[in-house]
Amino acid sequence: MSDSPPPVDDTTETVEKLYDVAVTDSKGQTVLHPCRDSYHDLIQLLVEEGYEVCVDLCGADYLGNATRMLPMTIEPERFELVVNLLDVHAPRRLRIRVQVPESDLVVRTISDVHPSAEAMERETNDMFGVCFEGHPDPTPILLPDGWKGHPLRKDFAMGRIPVQFKAVEGR
Amino acid sequence: MTKLDHLRNRDAVLRMSESEAEERAAVVDPDDERMIINMGPQHPSTHGVLRVTLELQGETVLRSKPIIGYLHTGMEKTAEDLTFLQGPTNVTRMDYASPLFNELTFSLAVEALLEIELPDRSTWIRMLMCELNRMSSHLLFLATNGMDLGAVGMMIYGWREREEILRFFEKVTGLRMNHNYIRPGGVAADLHDGWRQDVQSILEILPERLEQFDVLMTGQPIWRQRTQGIGVITTDEALALGATGPILRSTGYAWDLRRDMPYLAYDQVEFDIVVGTYGDTFDRYAIRLNEIRESMRIVEQCVELMPEGPYRVEDRKVTPPPRARIDESMEALIHHFKIFTEGFKVPPGEVYTAVESPRGELGCYLVSDGGAKPQRMHIRAPSFANLQTLPHMMHGGLLADAVAVISSIDPIMGEVDR
Repeated sequence: MSDSPPPVDDTTETVEKLYDVAVTDSKGQTVLHPCRDSYHDLIQLLVEEGYEVCVDLCGADYLGNATRMLPMTIEPERFELVVNLLDVHAPRRLRIRVQVPESDLVVRTISDVHPSAEAMERETNDMFGVCFEGHPDPTPILLPDGWKGHPLRKDFAMGRIPVQFKAVEGR
Repeated sequence: MTKLDHLRNRDAVLRMSESEAEERAAVVDPDDERMIINMGPQHPSTHGVLRVTLELQGETVLRSKPIIGYLHTGMEKTAEDLTFLQGPTNVTRMDYASPLFNELTFSLAVEALLEIELPDRSTWIRMLMCELNRMSSHLLFLATNGMDLGAVGMMIYGWREREEILRFFEKVTGLRMNHNYIRPGGVAADLHDGWRQDVQSILEILPERLEQFDVLMTGQPIWRQRTQGIGVITTDEALALGATGPILRSTGYAWDLRRDMPYLAYDQVEFDIVVGTYGDTFDRYAIRLNEIRESMRIVEQCVELMPEGPYRVEDRKVTPPPRARIDESMEALIHHFKIFTEGFKVPPGEVYTAVESPRGELGCYLVSDGGAKPQRMHIRAPSFANLQTLPHMMHGGLLADAVAVISSIDPIMGEVDR
């Protein structure tokens, strides 16, 4: 029969792609899902495509959240790195979500492409413990020097640790 | 990438840890005239608790690094423990000079996830309140900027004018700051009877007072010498460093989310975007002064065009029942109780919304897992990004000008540290 619906394709065929990366739509906003290895090159490519401003970079911990929607080709991991890019000429926005496994929390820095990401990457390192390879100044930014733990992780309970002061011994 | 190379080669940022800086400061080398000193965190010009580590050669600033985090109270973590309805009470405390914008960006994010349409009146009330808030925030800037540069009288005038607006806020929201007025689904209460007269009287007082500021500061030779050509930044640098708001506009680049990516009903009102030419401290001052005038234009149009109708969405899932119903209906009482104890559930998803706050792009990244509390709430604070321009603006300038530059960024430490 010629008018029968086409057979359901292989999963890899149904994933939509933009700039050769899986793309989804979240409430009308475009979200790209690159893998960790191609993330830096994608950011570089997007600068040439007009996304010149990195407005925001933050982490997210998906521990215990089973409602996340991802393209089928993307393997879900506990942590995500979320980058919001802005094209001031079009104007348009683009979001990038990178899966970062708990066992290997290292991502290449994008502060060489977007100097604005420098402080934001330091904050993400403070809050989630994601290390940024090649970061020019990997020092704590919001937390005091020597703070143990990463407060925005889901397994970091509120009020678990008494407030740490620098003068207290054995902090 | 030549424009970025320029930024990198400048070597304006003092990239070292605190202990390293301490070690460097302790070593005495007679041939090395450079010196590392701390400014703040308890310096009157640091707008709260900003500390800047400066590398000086004589009176000249070489490298510097803003050190922040003194006001960090884990508000993003707190947000994960509050329902979507309680959320605005938390975010409103971030940028305490313009609290309504924080509530707005958070509420817009929740509404985007809920996919609800707001009644016109609530949108226009939000716009009216936000523009008044922009005026009060810029008046606060004029007050502190004046005081930082020695125009001490300005401190009193700026606060006096701001007080007029805060008095109106108190009438509408019940509070002068931290209003929790803009909530997911609309606003907390309708405007009171006679609000038009109250707004009109603010609009009548201000133009004359702004002209007085012009006499006191704008045209004054001392003021000009202290601000013109100080802390210059170019458009490319501002964009690369993520600076938005008056800092980006001072470089001559007309970027304003209200016009370029309109939200609320900004596409239905007329206003101009104020831009500078040189990207210096004077331009940033003049932009804010004139943005008060533009905000007054928008407020005038809001008064004129304010539609009638409900001030919050009629969807009973998000909106508590009217107060009168609670007295007569048991169901309404239960409904009211459940909304305020359990909150409402928000469908799973993630969204980023941004508004133009007085300091620049204020964004909210919100992730919901389908429950009544956000799974992740991140605020993109404009001051946090804007502070990164500080070392580049201060590089090569005098130490006395550092105060002028910090002041012109207008950082609110509450939102920098969150």
